Amino acid sequence: MTPRQKRFSLIGLGLVALGIAAALVLNAFQSNLVFFFTPTQVANGEVPKGQSFRIGGMVEAGTLQRENDGLTVHFVMSDTVKRVPVTYKGILPDLFKEGKGAVAQGKLSPEGTFVASEVLAKHDENYMPPEAAEAMAKAKAAGKQSSNTLVVTP
Amino acid sequence: MSDSRVTWSKYSSLQALYPLAGRLIPWCAGAAVLFMAAGLYLGFFVAPTDFQQGEAYRIIFVHVPAAWMSMFLYVMMALWAGLGLGLKARPSFMMAQAIAPTGAIFTFLALLTGALWGKPTWGAWWVWDARLTSELILLFLYLGVMLLHASIDDLRRADRASALFALVGVVNVPIIYFSVRWWNTLHQGASVSMTAAPKMAATMLTAMLLMAIGFWLYSMAVILMRLRCVILERNSQPRWNQSAVEPGVKEIRA
Repeated sequence: MTPRQKRFSLIGLGLVALGIAAALVLNAFQSNLVFFFTPTQVANGEVPKGQSFRIGGMVEAGTLQRENDGLTVHFVMSDTVKRVPVTYKGILPDLFKEGKGAVAQGKLSPEGTFVASEVLAKHDENYMPPEAAEAMAKAKAAGKQSSNTLVVTP
Repeated sequence: MSDSRVTWSKYSSLQALYPLAGRLIPWCAGAAVLFMAAGLYLGFFVAPTDFQQGEAYRIIFVHVPAAWMSMFLYVMMALWAGLGLGLKARPSFMMAQAIAPTGAIFTFLALLTGALWGKPTWGAWWVWDARLTSELILLFLYLGVMLLHASIDDLRRADRASALFALVGVVNVPIIYFSVRWWNTLHQGASVSMTAAPKMAATMLTAMLLMAIGFWLYSMAVILMRLRCVILERNSQPRWNQSAVEPGVKEIRA
């Protein structure tokens, strides 16, 4: 092996070792790298107890209720398998809609309601004019998730 | 075969590289202006309004090409750095040095436009999800490469140290790209990928691709300009001229 080949194979080996190390580290921290937990994980008790965490999923259609004070809202977060009721007092982002993705930060109350201190809207990666969206909504069976990356099931 | 090899190695000599870069710069710059103008016109005047985000989505025409370039340029910088380490070739190190600032600027642009996009759509300027955090790390990696190079006086050691740093950091690029698939993130998934049909209207996609080509051409022009500066700077170093009165190809590559 010439010195040049030796240098290149050292670089290659170094990169491979680095890649493996990174994969192991990321695998070990898998649970810390998720931005939010899904309602299924909440139901299975995989969420930190007594601590603030984020929950993400779809805002179930027809569940959004506004109290008389105009600020407090109740809705149900769902990942099509499990459902978690959420209470939030504050201003919702413009893109927050029933049937769309959202992420809420807060704590689980003893009764099983998620009391949110912050609600963010999560939009999907589909971009199209409204007419196309209407046509697609008609074609698609109701309730089907329009994007498979809104909630990643680990 | 042997003919083409001779022609290519000719450009690894700085005396040939300098004028070649000079000839390429105006073409790249001119084409960059044309592509970006076409992309911006198509994006802001022709492309339809989005069904859920309204007009706010239009920042995608800057955000996504900038994010693509930030990752692409990092890989390019790491490639040149690796070549420089393997071949002990100074022009490769110079290319890596010339790419870093442009990559850092595109990373910053992607983060800035992302924040401007996040506030009206998500409701937050910034969140610590995997995509955003790894892109922020990319900015720090670029800055690290540049700072490391600037902080070592001996050019050869500066080249080698920053090249090694750049190579180590390349592990972050696939993490950025796949973060939205590996973990739950607030950031949406990829609309355009090699394996699936694009998830956006054709006009929007065309505008975005035109902008990406424009950004790429701009990067070429600016990087070649910076490369010429680096060549001039290094050749005016007294240390360079001490050992060789007439720096030939051998000295340059050593």
